[in-house]
Amino acid sequence: MINLKINNIPVSVEEGTTILQAAKKIGIRIPTLCYMKEINAIGACRVCVVEVKGARSLVAACVYPVNEGMEVFTDTPKVRESRKTTIELILSDHNKSCLSCDRNTHCELQDLAYEYGCNAVKYEGEHHECEKDFSTPYLVRDNSKCVLCRRCIAVCRKIQEVGVIGPIKRGFKTIVGCAFESELNDSPCVACGQCINVCPTGALHEREEIDEVRAAIADPEKIVIAGPAPSVRAGLGEEFGYPMGTNVEGKMVTALRMLGFDKIFDVNFTADLTIMEEAHELIERVKNGGALPMFTSCSPGWVRYLEYYYPELIPNVSSCKSPQQMFGAICKTYYAEKMGIDPSKIFVVSIMPCTAKKFEKTRGNQNASGYPDIDAVLTTRELAKMIKQNGILFNEIPEGEMDQPLGVYTGAGVIFGATGGVMEAALRTAAETITGQTLDNVEYKKVRGTKGIKEATYEVGGLKLKVAVASGIANAKKVCEKVASGKSDHTFIEIMCCPGGCVNGGGQPIMSSVVRENVDYKALRASALYKADKKAEYRKSHDNPVIKELYENYLGEPGSHKAHEILHTTYVARERYKK
Amino acid sequence: MANQTKVPFTGTKAQEEKLLKVLKGLKNVEGALMPALQQAQDIYGYLPIEVQEIIADKLDLSLAEVYGVATFYSQFTLTPKGKYKIGVCLGTACYVKGSGEVFEELQKQLGIESGITSDLLYSLDATRCIGCCGLAPVMTINDDVYGKLTKDQIAGILAKYKE
Amino acid sequence: MNYNELVAIKERALLAMGPREAVHNIENVEERTVLVCGGTGCTSGKSKIIYKEFKDQVAALGLSEKVRVIMTGCFGLCALGPVVIVYPEGAFYSQVQPEYVSEIVDSHIVNNTVLTKYLYAETVGDDGVIKALNETSFYKKQNRVALRNCGVIDPENIEEYIARDGYFALHKVVSSMSQDDVVKVMLDSGLRGRGGAGFPTGRKWMFAKASQADKKFVLCNADEGDPGAFMDRSVLEGDPHAVLEAMAIAAYTIGADQGYIYVRAEYPIAVQRLQIAIKQAKEYGVIGKNIFGSNFNFDVDVRLGAGAFVCGEETALMVSIEGNRGEPRPRPPFPAVKGLFGKPTILNNVETYANVSQIILKGAEWFTSMGTEKSKGTKVFALGGKIVNTGLVEVPMGTTLREIVEEIGGGIPGGKKFKAAQTGGPSGGCIPAEKMDVEIDYDNLLAIGSMMGSGGLIVMDEDNCMVDIAKFFLEFTVDESCGKCTPCRIGTKRLYELLTKVTNGTATLEDLDKMESLCNYIKENSLCGLGQTAPNPVLSTLRYFKDEYIAHVVEKRCPAGVCKNLVSFSIIADKCKGCTACARKCPVGAISGTVKQPHVIDNAKCIKCGACIATCRFDAIVKG
Repeated sequence: MINLKINNIPVSVEEGTTILQAAKKIGIRIPTLCYMKEINAIGACRVCVVEVKGARSLVAACVYPVNEGMEVFTDTPKVRESRKTTIELILSDHNKSCLSCDRNTHCELQDLAYEYGCNAVKYEGEHHECEKDFSTPYLVRDNSKCVLCRRCIAVCRKIQEVGVIGPIKRGFKTIVGCAFESELNDSPCVACGQCINVCPTGALHEREEIDEVRAAIADPEKIVIAGPAPSVRAGLGEEFGYPMGTNVEGKMVTALRMLGFDKIFDVNFTADLTIMEEAHELIERVKNGGALPMFTSCSPGWVRYLEYYYPELIPNVSSCKSPQQMFGAICKTYYAEKMGIDPSKIFVVSIMPCTAKKFEKTRGNQNASGYPDIDAVLTTRELAKMIKQNGILFNEIPEGEMDQPLGVYTGAGVIFGATGGVMEAALRTAAETITGQTLDNVEYKKVRGTKGIKEATYEVGGLKLKVAVASGIANAKKVCEKVASGKSDHTFIEIMCCPGGCVNGGGQPIMSSVVRENVDYKALRASALYKADKKAEYRKSHDNPVIKELYENYLGEPGSHKAHEILHTTYVARERYKK
Repeated sequence: MANQTKVPFTGTKAQEEKLLKVLKGLKNVEGALMPALQQAQDIYGYLPIEVQEIIADKLDLSLAEVYGVATFYSQFTLTPKGKYKIGVCLGTACYVKGSGEVFEELQKQLGIESGITSDLLYSLDATRCIGCCGLAPVMTINDDVYGKLTKDQIAGILAKYKE
Repeated sequence: MNYNELVAIKERALLAMGPREAVHNIENVEERTVLVCGGTGCTSGKSKIIYKEFKDQVAALGLSEKVRVIMTGCFGLCALGPVVIVYPEGAFYSQVQPEYVSEIVDSHIVNNTVLTKYLYAETVGDDGVIKALNETSFYKKQNRVALRNCGVIDPENIEEYIARDGYFALHKVVSSMSQDDVVKVMLDSGLRGRGGAGFPTGRKWMFAKASQADKKFVLCNADEGDPGAFMDRSVLEGDPHAVLEAMAIAAYTIGADQGYIYVRAEYPIAVQRLQIAIKQAKEYGVIGKNIFGSNFNFDVDVRLGAGAFVCGEETALMVSIEGNRGEPRPRPPFPAVKGLFGKPTILNNVETYANVSQIILKGAEWFTSMGTEKSKGTKVFALGGKIVNTGLVEVPMGTTLREIVEEIGGGIPGGKKFKAAQTGGPSGGCIPAEKMDVEIDYDNLLAIGSMMGSGGLIVMDEDNCMVDIAKFFLEFTVDESCGKCTPCRIGTKRLYELLTKVTNGTATLEDLDKMESLCNYIKENSLCGLGQTAPNPVLSTLRYFKDEYIAHVVEKRCPAGVCKNLVSFSIIADKCKGCTACARKCPVGAISGTVKQPHVIDNAKCIKCGACIATCRFDAIVKG
């Protein structure tokens, strides 16, 4: 143990501990900006500087390891003045249109500026002139608000290992951008939006579709259907002060109704439907010698990754549309027919924890009714924003219930939001389909948890199923490498683009780096879903009564011709470099 | 002044083969990117996107990473250089002896602030100390060194490089 | 290679080298050596052609056996380049042009008559007798340790290096000294890093030796980037083996087997000679496997920089060798614990290494006999700017700035007044005239607000504006900042903008205060040495030349007449003869007046080009 004093308070910590961590241990918060534990400990922004007795200059607490007998001061006038100047310098090259900024009131830079009483215009001078990048349907980059903390680069390179953005040029001219300063849409970005989640300012945000949704709601001709994904109900509450891991499904339904949506259905329902089709496809492949291992296809960021980086593995991906796309497709075919509505009048809004879903809706071959399956995608954050804009007091409204028939779901559908959830749901259905029996055990715990790669082998009706579950592209890459080199003996592999699955999607509520470091938010949000599963009336997708009805009256059986027309799709190899 | 000329890529098969050979040799070298970029620039004269893509692919790096390195170091150039590459030393010794004026005169005569002229004949760069401080102020045109310059010599010197 | 073979090479080489020292009053010269400087300064002045001319003409005369023509590294006196020395007379031909060669060959080599008209004037006595170079003011006070072989040997011939006791130190270390023995000698010698901060070399080695690892590295920092500094380049060009030998010694000491030399790509001659040297050293077995029959292996590679000043910072250099943007990383961990590729690493600069083998051979005591209490040995400086003898000098630590500028450097040209000397490049500061008698060493320079840096020493005279100089260095730093940390990326930019306000005459006194506090902030908050020292040129000029800043701010005047916005030209009526020359020369018609009457300048029209001053034959036009 190392003994030191921080602000004259003695503290003992393990060797290798940073000053930042040691200070936290005795209840002292040192402010940070660029720091993210393990993935971005670069000491760049200098907001966390402290005085160390005997040191020539101030040191960055986030990276400086403690020494025996060290004396640290975190709140001297020099420290405060230095931090203040650092923030003022950052502000001198910052687009200070804070009033209407997407991140106003939850911006880390703004918080620091307030905390240190900064004069935002003390150091005036040259600014970076940059245009917003609106090239993609899912994300907007605004370098005029970038503080060069490089947190986005760190997740893109180290967590997702696609590295489509990086530091460019040097010195004052340094910017974060794509190669050759091209637009994001010309890069092999997987659209995961993880960069948004770590951005401390408003330099990165989703491509908003609130205006389109409002216009549709205001249009009396349109029947506007809302379909929230499983993880939305596990994250939305954070925007309204609920503890992490609170399931706010009921209030969400009421709020959606108050916003003016005509029908509130559930993407959980089409998660169940996905399982029906995917389990069937898996069994078919196993029986008929199809391409194995089979990959799940519900994460559009993952699919995009595969198309860019491992196009040779496209035959291995399930041809099932994602639950979002199945949702739109069913709304505009089955539901439209059933209700006698012209599908052109239906406007389907999915609400997603995800930015890649905004891209997915623009993919080809996703228009079962002849019209796009999905018309608009809102992230969890956008929904929260609309609720706030409409003056809906989320905490005070009653809980509501989903509309019928597409609001019925099983526990299998709801756990889609957590890594391993799709696998577990698929196993529940596959096991009973293969054995033809009703099984008591529905929990497959080896595929649960936030570990990056999980593997398990299950015996199902004499069939040995070796499965793997990976989340985060760095982990997906390892799995793909194994499959591509022929070293994988897996039957079925679930891959989610975002670490921890959709609960940690790029459209979920943003939290500061401090919270990210200190709270296991992925597990907390996932726990809300597993709780919902546990208490669900039905826990297997094939037990969902509406699903049964859907097949009986409309689709026939899983994998039928009609099911293929409506619920399946194709993939394309993508060029990583735009010629 | 903004005569920044866009030059289409004209890399040959032979150049590409040479580059691929270089990259093959660097495959298992730690820290291969810098030597790769340096040798690629020797082969092509500059580092256009087509060349950086090959490097990214063969060294298993993202293009953004390659580009980030290429734009960090001032010796790497993304645009081709002129037939006559003019460099004016703006190192301290030259600067205190008036190389700034020499540079301005060249900008005036060539009609560019830096980069390449539209006829692709000249490119102009300010350079760091090239180490002939005894000759300050100094400029170089390709391998020729001109020392103890004054700005009124510039027109005469440029006249020697017209073809 | 073993010891006897090394000795045999030395003896063979000594015979083959011919005369390399001046011998007075020699008669009947049998053999001669013509040394042509092949440093960058002289080769820019066509010394390669001169070398070829000598070689061809000597061959044409059938004298190649008796007269050796050698291209060496830098002699130091770049101002007089291209330089040729002919031994045994020690005739120092300066500013040689290719067309002089046949004349020199004919007179000196064929007819044994030194051609005094082309000799460096100071080497020719009143009686026509040639003085030894060491008697000239430029060389008299110099003591060449790091540069001992520069300008003496052929850097492309390892045998000439061995003839000068090269690789004997490596042999001594490998065959008879333990790792701790070497560390002790280095500690005792008091050698401090010549690259900038002056960290004791022995301690660096000691730390790296103490680190346990399966792999360690030895690096040489040859990314000399200070504008106006070319010490390292000269050593690499003139004596590359000295660096290789020292790196091998360092590798032995810390237990490394791989070295990298990170050298500026802008130094093509140095790179080429290094590559030749490495090839030869491998051929001779002084680098490679089982050196001198021991189990010590050492290999070394050259890695080229690509134009980033910050890569002179040790962590940035390592990051660059690893193939990344040369952005410094926080320390600790220090490189001796976790350096290149995460392994214990030592990094020394070229000049530091150039001292090592001699310390090993001659002992720590010999080394500590030179220099001051805390700074031992010698230091090489690159003299430049407003000084007569621009070039490379090596003096014992503790020599005063006055000795360097006035005696060795020959003073300021054109009878101008010394104003300041800038040392330490963009990290250093300006030393004013009143500090000229300070003995130069690491600590004294720091105390007066400058630093040793790598050894650039730029002299400024009364025509240089100190605000403009500070701005020049800041512009350099802004340009070279890696952009990683806030204080350096944005702070230096804002500081530069404030300086621009001063030189434009739009700054206020509050701006000066703001500048000073910003300087102190950048020093204390930056991530690496580049940022931490970047404000020094501003701080030191604010300290010693505050009056110039005040003149710019308050009087809107640039005393040196450099800052264009603040300069005005006027004609002294008493001196003006009304010759109309200036009015005719003025490109914008700003000068009016009638013939034989004093003229006047309309400052609203004047573009401050200075053409009028250059034209006036009566010194009637002043700027200020």
